[in-house]
Amino acid sequence: MDSGDTAFMLISTALVMLMTPGLALFYGGLVRTKNVLATMMQSFICLGVVSILWVVFGYSLAFGPDKGGFIGGFDWAFLRSVGTDPGPYAATIPHLVFSAFQLMFAIITPALITGAFAERMKFSAFFLFTILWTTFVYFPVCHWVWGGGWIGKLGALDFAGGTVIHINSGTAALASALVVGKRRGYRKEPFQPHNLPLTVLGAGLLWFGWFGFNAGSALTAGAVAGVAFFNTQVATGAAAVAWITAEWIKVGKPTTLGAASGAVAGLVAVTPAAGFVGPLAALSIGILAGLFCYGAVLAKEKLGYDDALDVVGIHGIGGLWGALATGLFASTVYNSAGADGLFYGNPKQLLVQAVGALAAIVYSFVVSWILLKVTGALTGLRATAEDEVQGLDLTQHSETSYVL
Amino acid sequence: MVKIEAIIKPFLLEQVKEALNTIGVTGLTVTEVRGFGRQKGHREIYRGAEYLVEFQPKIKIETVIPQERTEEVVETILKAARTGKIGDGKIFVYPLTQVIRIRTGERGKTAI
Repeated sequence: MDSGDTAFMLISTALVMLMTPGLALFYGGLVRTKNVLATMMQSFICLGVVSILWVVFGYSLAFGPDKGGFIGGFDWAFLRSVGTDPGPYAATIPHLVFSAFQLMFAIITPALITGAFAERMKFSAFFLFTILWTTFVYFPVCHWVWGGGWIGKLGALDFAGGTVIHINSGTAALASALVVGKRRGYRKEPFQPHNLPLTVLGAGLLWFGWFGFNAGSALTAGAVAGVAFFNTQVATGAAAVAWITAEWIKVGKPTTLGAASGAVAGLVAVTPAAGFVGPLAALSIGILAGLFCYGAVLAKEKLGYDDALDVVGIHGIGGLWGALATGLFASTVYNSAGADGLFYGNPKQLLVQAVGALAAIVYSFVVSWILLKVTGALTGLRATAEDEVQGLDLTQHSETSYVL
Repeated sequence: MVKIEAIIKPFLLEQVKEALNTIGVTGLTVTEVRGFGRQKGHREIYRGAEYLVEFQPKIKIETVIPQERTEEVVETILKAARTGKIGDGKIFVYPLTQVIRIRTGERGKTAI
């Protein structure tokens, strides 16, 4: 046990926790005035719902003793044998601290998906879907990569959750946009973000919290945490600049929303690579993340599905790029526990990364689709036409965001 | 008595107010409004989506004056609110039947 590591992990855990309210602000600013609270609520309440699941069976399913490479089983249900001594995943901190850190990741992942079905899903449907999705998609995929499951055993590198969190939520977002359908008035009336300053504030909090997400994933307060911290900053800044530059060329104006979106794209893409690559690689990953994700967001307009807040374009595509980029740029110079990527003479790593990413995409898409259909059959997915026009704040929660 | 209503470019409000102050117009009501005329709308871009926002933000000023000052006030607003570019707005002049000061109950010109 190490008090320095424990202190570092407690702080990192709190930083990751702050990302979920940050996401609520990021999303809340992007929707129309009538849906602000409903949108923020869908992120915020994950802090509660997932915490309960985690204690009862979530941590056990994700990190409990491996059952066939697929799931952790119920050996650690109700956190049985998860206490103050170190567990098998981090030798220098209490097992409970590791579990708390991982809980924050489990919270933000379903919250990310909510951007895809924003402004039209009933709260009851969101609530049920979140419980089902976290149980049947997040916990297994988390186990595959980090809990001793088959993707991890294959040698795939995912430092802080590019596959587990971003590919996973981005793919579920695509299924959500397709199953739930378009918002009423999509492409007929303008859906202007009601308060971009909230979105920029949210992006700032995400960026700040992400230092805990990435550096904390080292699980010790050492050199690898420092590498991850530095890479996080560089990739994020570069992606923000890349996004607004592309916009500037394409439409003539660099936008504030572009800067905020680019920053998030950079954070997403550097996540799997953070502790395995050097700063120059992080710079390349960031620049290309800004360009790829901006391209993906433009492509959505052509493809015509209503991923309201661009979860697919930013988290799905950014996560996929990050997973593959880790297979290109990884170097054991920066982390001896990692691996070398294609650019360091190990092309097999790229293949392994692709297999891991593809598995997460297929599994998440298919199971998310099924869970949405199940939710639809039990509660119905969408608010009624009248409620959607009236707004979800009033019809789902009996509140209004702004009283003037 | 006459009520003058003018739709002007928002950035010219201060200038118009100063000009009216100078000629002794004593009261003014200002509203933020949106609308379109020949200028039509403007483009807004949010990530991949481009929207034509049809209503332009404008300022509406309203003032009430004695009928004989109509030309003077209209000329003053014209001078202060004109840029010569499309979207400078319009001035409307209405006949007014009564003005009442609530505090004293005065009516007509003395209430202006």
